[in-house]
Amino acid sequence: MQRMGFFTDTTLCIGCKACEVACKQWNQLPDDGFHFTGMSYDNTGMLGASTWRHVAFVERAAELPGQGSPRDGVEGGARAFGELFPAGQPGPTSLLGHDIQPTHLETPVALGPTERALGKFSWLMLSDVCKHCERAGCLEACPTGAIVRTEFGSVYVQPDVCNGCGYCVSACPFGVVDRREEDGRAWKCTLCYDRLKGGMVPACAKACPTASIQFGELEDLRARARRCVEQLHARGVAEAHLYGEDAASQPGTEGLHAFFLLCDRPEVYNLPPDPVVPTAKVVRSWRSMAAGVLSLAALAMGAVFSARRA
Amino acid sequence: MAECHPVAFRWVMEAKNRGATIIHVDPRFTRTSAVADLHVPIRPGSDIAFLGGLVRHVIENERWFKEYVLHYTNASTLVGERFRDTEDLEGLFSGFDSKSNSYDPETWSYDGVDGVVPAAGHKEVYAEKGAGKESLHGANILERKTDPTLQDPRCVFQILKRHFSRYTPEVVAETCGIPEPLFLEVAETLCRNSGRERTGAFCYAVGWTQHSVGVQYIRTASILQLLLGNIGRPGGGIMALRGHASIQGSTDIPTLFDLLPGYLPMPHSLLPDRGLEQYVKNNRSPSGWWSEMPKYVVSLLKAWFGDAATRENDWGFDLLPRLSGNHSHMTTVSEMADGKVKGYLVVGENPTVGSMHGSLHRKGLRKLDWLVVRDFALTETAEFWRTAPEIARGEVRTEDIQTEVFFFPAAAHTEKDGSFTNTQRCLQWHHRAIEPPGDCRSDLWFVYHLGKRLKRLYADAPGPNAEAIRALTWDYPTKGKDEDPDAEAVLREVNGFTIRDGRPVAGFKELTDDGATACGCWIYSGCYKDGVNQPARRRPQSEQHWVAPEWGWSWPANRRILYNRASADPEGRPWSERKRYVWWDAEKGAWSGYDVPDFIPDRPPSYRPPPGAEGLATLSGDDPFIMQADGKGWLFAPSGLLDGPLPTHYEPEESVLENPLYPQQCNPARMEWHRADNPYHRAFGDPRFPYVVTTYRLTEHHTAGGMSRWLSWLSELQPEMFCEISRELAAEKGLANGRWATITTARGEIECRVLVTERMKPLRVKGRTLHTIGLPYHWSYVGRVRGDPANELIPFVADPNVSIQESKALTANIRAGRHSLGRRSATDGLELRQPEPPRAPPPRDLPGIRTAHRHPPTEPRK
Amino acid sequence: MPKLPVLSEWPVARQLVSGDTSGLGASAMSERTRELVPRTASADRVVRSICPYCAVGCGQLVYVKDERIVDIEGDPDSPMSQGCLCPKGAATFQLVTGSHREQHVLYRRPGGREWERIPLARAMDMVAERVKRSRDETFEERIEDPGAKHHGARVRRTLGVAHLGGATLDNEENYLLKKLYTALGVVQVENQARI
Repeated sequence: MQRMGFFTDTTLCIGCKACEVACKQWNQLPDDGFHFTGMSYDNTGMLGASTWRHVAFVERAAELPGQGSPRDGVEGGARAFGELFPAGQPGPTSLLGHDIQPTHLETPVALGPTERALGKFSWLMLSDVCKHCERAGCLEACPTGAIVRTEFGSVYVQPDVCNGCGYCVSACPFGVVDRREEDGRAWKCTLCYDRLKGGMVPACAKACPTASIQFGELEDLRARARRCVEQLHARGVAEAHLYGEDAASQPGTEGLHAFFLLCDRPEVYNLPPDPVVPTAKVVRSWRSMAAGVLSLAALAMGAVFSARRA
Repeated sequence: MAECHPVAFRWVMEAKNRGATIIHVDPRFTRTSAVADLHVPIRPGSDIAFLGGLVRHVIENERWFKEYVLHYTNASTLVGERFRDTEDLEGLFSGFDSKSNSYDPETWSYDGVDGVVPAAGHKEVYAEKGAGKESLHGANILERKTDPTLQDPRCVFQILKRHFSRYTPEVVAETCGIPEPLFLEVAETLCRNSGRERTGAFCYAVGWTQHSVGVQYIRTASILQLLLGNIGRPGGGIMALRGHASIQGSTDIPTLFDLLPGYLPMPHSLLPDRGLEQYVKNNRSPSGWWSEMPKYVVSLLKAWFGDAATRENDWGFDLLPRLSGNHSHMTTVSEMADGKVKGYLVVGENPTVGSMHGSLHRKGLRKLDWLVVRDFALTETAEFWRTAPEIARGEVRTEDIQTEVFFFPAAAHTEKDGSFTNTQRCLQWHHRAIEPPGDCRSDLWFVYHLGKRLKRLYADAPGPNAEAIRALTWDYPTKGKDEDPDAEAVLREVNGFTIRDGRPVAGFKELTDDGATACGCWIYSGCYKDGVNQPARRRPQSEQHWVAPEWGWSWPANRRILYNRASADPEGRPWSERKRYVWWDAEKGAWSGYDVPDFIPDRPPSYRPPPGAEGLATLSGDDPFIMQADGKGWLFAPSGLLDGPLPTHYEPEESVLENPLYPQQCNPARMEWHRADNPYHRAFGDPRFPYVVTTYRLTEHHTAGGMSRWLSWLSELQPEMFCEISRELAAEKGLANGRWATITTARGEIECRVLVTERMKPLRVKGRTLHTIGLPYHWSYVGRVRGDPANELIPFVADPNVSIQESKALTANIRAGRHSLGRRSATDGLELRQPEPPRAPPPRDLPGIRTAHRHPPTEPRK
Repeated sequence: MPKLPVLSEWPVARQLVSGDTSGLGASAMSERTRELVPRTASADRVVRSICPYCAVGCGQLVYVKDERIVDIEGDPDSPMSQGCLCPKGAATFQLVTGSHREQHVLYRRPGGREWERIPLARAMDMVAERVKRSRDETFEERIEDPGAKHHGARVRRTLGVAHLGGATLDNEENYLLKKLYTALGVVQVENQARI
């Protein structure tokens, strides 16, 4: 099994929402209502049955010099898939061609920040998506076998099998899975399962103009993401960290196939700080239940015996 | 840029990745600011003061690129003795006529040169004066006086230095609201990133152009970039980020009143009968590349009138109509509202939403005999007679509107062949994928078949100047059952061909003025070279070098950077290895490089024109700006502009501030339309309208919304009209996030939701707090999502050079709640509401503001 | 006739064969899931196009099947866009295939309250006739206004007909428009480029 996923680098996001629309286009999703929320530029609010990518906007009273920062020469968009599926896809190329040298300088020629006009302020953007958890609550909760783990390591809801029971909805620690009112079935990001089967990049990652959404082999993405964090730390962005990149960092899900680079606490981006897949608690609850049953039985027996003695 | 051109912003992110510093100057903190190194909030309408401050910084601190400036600009040229600067005349230049509010540019000329023909802009400012004169103006350009030491007080450099001397950091701070340290950081960053080894670029959009002094904004940036040596070099330049797929093409092959294809001026009524000779004399430059102009004019006439264009009849020149003044969009609509226009064809445009003062537009449409609208859906312009607010309010009855309206559904770009010219001047072909549905047809089909019908109607019926229509060449092959004209055949005519054998020419150098060639647009000549559709070339980027010359085709001559001779030093060597682009190859005796050199291919850097040289021979080997009569970049523009040879800070037509720099408040040559239905506020400090309004686009929508408001995927992302305001203004006016606000000007009133945000901050200017209201302008009365259009608020007022409106800075008032019972607009309304009494005598007319009836909810069709 | 169940289709058998012991992977996949392919794979042709929104000029690939567009996405070969699109560009599919598009010529007569459908050819005839009438009625050979600055000057034009074009028109379209209008003597020809 290949293990593919998304690395979403929030420092590169410009909040254009190309991912939201490219996703709707490819998956032919209906609108999610036309409501002005008054929450910055976010009018879709959250992920849902018909919104599988969602860009959150956070207006924050703190500086973030790391936004739009170096991304280690990684080509985003359609190029990202080149390394993995060379057939029919152009390989990754440097923008600089045959006879010209890169114009890198070791350090940017910029003066240090002096008086910032807005004082301490930054506008954070994050393109949220189904995390395709290593241990997926929805997958384990589904009683009909509608949800499967694909050969790419993604979690896929089979619309022809789903009967709309909704167990998966409550089993998702991120609130990603949602039932569509019109047909009752559960829907969420498929990691463009059909596209992957055809050797194509997921629609959102392909459209993303700034490589904020990077798609690829999970191990590569992790290595790349860790380098990004190091670079940001080197630039003084001490808050930069990864969210859910592996099991060690997020035991409750055993790691995410769609993980994020954040520059603030997860709650700020509307992500749970310590998500735990409910089914992870099943064994413990069975144990508790068994203990309870046993105690009750013991109590009953005790009562009977003590009654007899009496 | 991240807001409106996200994919172009990909390259800004790439540049940042490679060490570039990104500075974002905008009244608002936008998605661009979020990832920029520095956000510089600026008071709307004060950019010339800001850029002028940078010009001063560069000059005063000796940060200009000496060799570049000395050789490649007109810094050393002396200006005539009669020239007076704004420093001397309290904000006016010499030559101003206060009766006509216009300039006579004669005193701006170079010393000893009788008028210089500009490469761009208004060539006819001399045409009017020169009409009837026998001698060519600018003929003696080689005799202009220069001072290479740049010390002469009359040389351009010294004039420039004096002119900008008052734009100090303190003045910038009190004019623009930009604190001094922030300004100095911008200035230093710019200087450190310019010169031999590094280049800096400016990107702008309509935030710079839509002002009553908009052209001069761009001029200030040009001066700055010339001083820093950032023009004609990779990584340099001033990039116009244009907002529509082929808006560049619409300027090159203009559907604009004052131009013929390829920036040839439309003929003027002052020309005598048989006017070709005079037209050429007035508009041709005796020196520089513009000396070639007659070839382009004759080839255009041959393309249009074919065999009917002969030497004997001046190639049919007299068949062309002539201008007698300004016939631009706002003038036309204003005349329409006065009942002077009978018929109007609106093709892929929605002026009642996208243009200024929507209610005045609708008033114009009501006075027409007939209107044709071509679009995808029934826009507000098509439906003005049934869904307009004045209909809904009951002020105008549908039955009383006598305008006949034809709506033609348009074909999409996927349903037709054709080329778009992108913002980099690159023509790219889009191929037809499928047949258009139903009655949908391309605009090419529409105009071709309209032309066919008109030619038939005039074939035997008499009509004034019918010979022009009869002579017009109109034989294009058609395809398919719909008889769709072949777009490639049109492209071939645009490219040009030889009359004798119909062979497509390889470029404009092959064009002649003896009737042997025909060419529809000389700057596009070469786009059908060798009979190959060059814009359709699609060699993948991964298979070619970084300039990617085999993707599409850029005008002129497939050049990707204009004036790229300037990327090499005067001797023809690259300024630096890092910035190598085009250079002189002495072995080959030719210019060479990654791009097509923008120079005479075999003219060595050492060439100097012999005395008495004419035409192209006047260009020295170190004159990179070959379109200019003197081959130099113009720090000072001796002609071509109608509002001064140097940029000067003027306040917008409507401002909250008195001009901090000069007694002259606004651009003295600006265009105004004084009509009762186009009232203006007081020029500054109007107590009724204490706030600044600026308008803009959002990523999620497209201009007037014709291509976005009907789409669910885009509409849900920004579903309602809103205004962006600061916490401070919200507190001052009792406005709450997510609730309603009403915004008012003398033209009208709109309501919208309130978005209170930290991203809008009041500016401190001259000890005062200034609030700005941000308004996106995408919504209107029909479509999937609706809202009031921001442009209802904006008056007709324009830049004199290009007649563009001022929508980026004006004044207004805001209050909480939905619009009042008396929803107001300047054009309609039954009762007059008394305006608040002004505290001081108003500096300008203040016609009363009218009130009208409550606007009932508008129900959509279907 | 419905297909008879084959033993190998039996989930337990599939689970054992595939080694998918938890039964959450391949063995739980339906036939639809197993045979899923991108819809672009079955397209009859891919047509190269350019995004019609802003002037960046991003490359687009238009996938056509049975003379219908099934997908529009970015062209990875484009040096401008490298396969990316912004939200508007990504919505092009809805722009060109959406139900909002009118497909009939509509006519509103003077004073009319409703649109009426009329045939395309007739509408074209009517427009041509009106252009001619308005032009001929308002045509000026010379400026006949003793007060005007240019009195007596030859102009050969009409100010009775005007045009406003959007800037999503192709170059070829603009060219023919300008050519026709100029021959007609229509000078009030304007474009979004002014705005």
